[in-house]
Amino acid sequence: MMAVYPCNMACFLPLKRVQLRPVAQSRYIGRALRLYSTHLPNARLNISTDYSSTPILHHAPQSALANPELPANVQSSTTKRMNMFQAINDALTHALASDERVLLFGEDVSFGGVFRCSMNLATQFGSDRVFNTPLSEQGIVGFAIGCAAEGMKPVAEIQFADYVYPAFDQLVNEAAKFRYRSGGTGHHIGGLTVRMPCGGVGHGALYHSQSPESLFTHIPGLRVVMPRSPLQAKGLLLASIACNDPVIFMEPKALYRAAVEQVPTESYLLPLSKAEVLKEGEDLTLVSYGAPLYTCAAAMAAAEKDLGVKAELIDLRSIYPWDRTTVLESVKKTGRAVVVHESMTNAGVGAEVAATIQESAFLHLEAPVKRVAGWCTHMGLVYESFNVPDVTRVYDAIRETIDY
Amino acid sequence: MNSSKKLFVFLRQPQRIHTARTQIQSPQCLLPRCSRRWSSVSQRPGADHVHFPGAVNSKFTTNLEFQRPSTHPAIPTYRIMDSDGIIVDESRAPKDVKDEDAIQWYKDMLTVSIMDLIMFDAQRQGRLSFYMVSAGEEGIAVGSASALTPEDVVFAQYREAGVFQQRGFTLDEFMSQLFANRNDHGRGRNMPVHYGSRKLNIHTISSPLATQIPQAAGAAYALKMQALQNPNVAPRIVACYFGEGAASEGDFHAALNIAATRSCPVVFVCRNNGYAISTPTLEQYRGDGIASRGVGYGIDTIRVDGNDIFAVREVTKEARRMALEGGGRPVLIEAMSYRVSHHSTSDDSFAYRARVEVEDWKRRDNPITRLRKWMEGKGIWDEEKESEARTTIRRDILKSFAAAEKEKRPPLREMFTDIYEDLSEESLSQMKELKAVLERYPEEYDLAAFEGGKDGL
Repeated sequence: MMAVYPCNMACFLPLKRVQLRPVAQSRYIGRALRLYSTHLPNARLNISTDYSSTPILHHAPQSALANPELPANVQSSTTKRMNMFQAINDALTHALASDERVLLFGEDVSFGGVFRCSMNLATQFGSDRVFNTPLSEQGIVGFAIGCAAEGMKPVAEIQFADYVYPAFDQLVNEAAKFRYRSGGTGHHIGGLTVRMPCGGVGHGALYHSQSPESLFTHIPGLRVVMPRSPLQAKGLLLASIACNDPVIFMEPKALYRAAVEQVPTESYLLPLSKAEVLKEGEDLTLVSYGAPLYTCAAAMAAAEKDLGVKAELIDLRSIYPWDRTTVLESVKKTGRAVVVHESMTNAGVGAEVAATIQESAFLHLEAPVKRVAGWCTHMGLVYESFNVPDVTRVYDAIRETIDY
Repeated sequence: MNSSKKLFVFLRQPQRIHTARTQIQSPQCLLPRCSRRWSSVSQRPGADHVHFPGAVNSKFTTNLEFQRPSTHPAIPTYRIMDSDGIIVDESRAPKDVKDEDAIQWYKDMLTVSIMDLIMFDAQRQGRLSFYMVSAGEEGIAVGSASALTPEDVVFAQYREAGVFQQRGFTLDEFMSQLFANRNDHGRGRNMPVHYGSRKLNIHTISSPLATQIPQAAGAAYALKMQALQNPNVAPRIVACYFGEGAASEGDFHAALNIAATRSCPVVFVCRNNGYAISTPTLEQYRGDGIASRGVGYGIDTIRVDGNDIFAVREVTKEARRMALEGGGRPVLIEAMSYRVSHHSTSDDSFAYRARVEVEDWKRRDNPITRLRKWMEGKGIWDEEKESEARTTIRRDILKSFAAAEKEKRPPLREMFTDIYEDLSEESLSQMKELKAVLERYPEEYDLAAFEGGKDGL
């Protein structure tokens, strides 16, 4: 029975698969490999992301440390190759070690977490600070709000974003409004961070694939953050824990093992509510966040090669409150914009970004703002590759927007 | 929960049990260790107890017998004095209660009761938007609050004005909140009766029912950790109040379960007043009230006569002591009472219950007259003192009322502050937009009531 889990994990995570011995591969995941991961022989756009060469990740320590957002002492320190779950684990280790108010809890976090994000933390920091809760999402978030209300810094884990809904009342009516309704009493729950794995993984179907971020971006009082890479995950998670507002921290689980890069070993914060321009360009602005950034990078490379289009790629990082200035400046320069996200189109983050661009950069626009997002349906098991925005759809959107 | 998740959970079950006892260093070690664990808990031949991990002390039986609630006697209701203010068992007399304390609690209950009458009428006159009275439940609030220390943290539902009164919330603070003026701690954002106080360690009341219960468990865990991390801090507990209707919410279940598993020093006080708006308890639950559930969660539980302030106080004192014992644990108190009043100013309770039933409760038994009878029996209270107290309290309330009603509302910018710690760029731009509208259409908005008018933005 125990073999089921590692097998399951391997299916989630393409890079890990390559590292498995051939025997294990054929025994556990050989079938999964064919079904979920291989591309068609003649495919040119929809080929698997090569995480070892993607420009999204820092493959060399120098490039990781050159990040101008890092403080000087970190820029002059060392890096270590980490995947995203290791970077998150590293961030949690720093947070727990540096501030005794930090607590970490949720379902199954004690043994290391079902995605390994809390490995060894209970051993290192004790079962009073890192512990399992009963299986109750409303209880986890309610409990975390209470901890934060009395000055602790709880990091609560919801096992999958798909299961956050039982806690929706606590998040919307309580967490988001706590500071506002407490007013002059000064009570607040700024110490709260709620982590949750999100997004498609190839075979998560209806309840292990969702990206409910836009539900949270409609709630004043919550900050919504989604990192794209290990380096970003560490800095943004530490910033979320340090931040004095409640933060929903969404971790694209497809990247937990797949995305590997050089990550500074020191503790550092990356700014919240600040987008990052990943690649500069003149012809079109591509706005995204989380896992689809890899798709965007691949589509941009193809569009540049085929059509000579130089696109500018922006990672929102904080989805709410979001960095409107950076996006608008870019669109005013390029005159064209495409927004890409996994969750469905209607009332998704793309709707807000597109409306804001239309309101504030109307005279600069030379084409309608295009949205490439999940269709307005559920994530049926075998349909995922047709639902999640892929390189072809992003490429096509770039082409259409340029040709408009 | 959906079946897919259940599957995940089921598959992980062996790990869970295993990790409760030992720390795992790496995933590679899971399999062999789990196997050992499972074989060690398996059934020994001839054992009379089960060794299933989920219920380790259960004896086997060949008697096919369902546990039936109807065969269990109802949990008894603890009381010290009867409805005539007579001590039932002299050995349980409230010997530690000083006369002046009893008089103060009486005045606290009276204050809440008189404020209720005045504010209910004021709402009827349209002078404030909403109100909820505490009639019949003053004893639960004041009695339990008197057993806490000022440092103990309180989470309330909304019918606990007596807790605020007993802990020192001033009449001006009550009135400022009710009239949502610029002195209101809540900055005019909340409906009336949603009080809160930093000074008194009471979190601001919110309307969603039962949400405060798991929060109270978490807050209690925080207090426990703080006492562990800093031994110079006196151990504290959390007191959490809710009605029997709120106890039907999932948050009640979540809270009691997590409070028990994490050994949180929290005292849950359920006010069972017989009604949740129009719904009588027969339509709320079929078990033996709320108290019987506490036992199911592994929580020490007691039922108390909520009209007996001494019983409520003693029970809460003992619960507080137990909550701090042995590293902390939750305690559940179910305080029985009757909601004498309408649910709120938006409710006419005679639409669903007989007037005579209410009148009967008012006349026959309520916490205020019960304590008054006890004090009169002891010779420390009489008609003259009663009349003087009533006059003074009424005068003080009306004074605060008049001052609060005249006071300006908070500046308009408070609509946007405290969403986040700092104003967001988005809020700043929306404040500008609103201000521009106010300037273009000055006739359309009443700005006079707000401090600073449009410049308050």
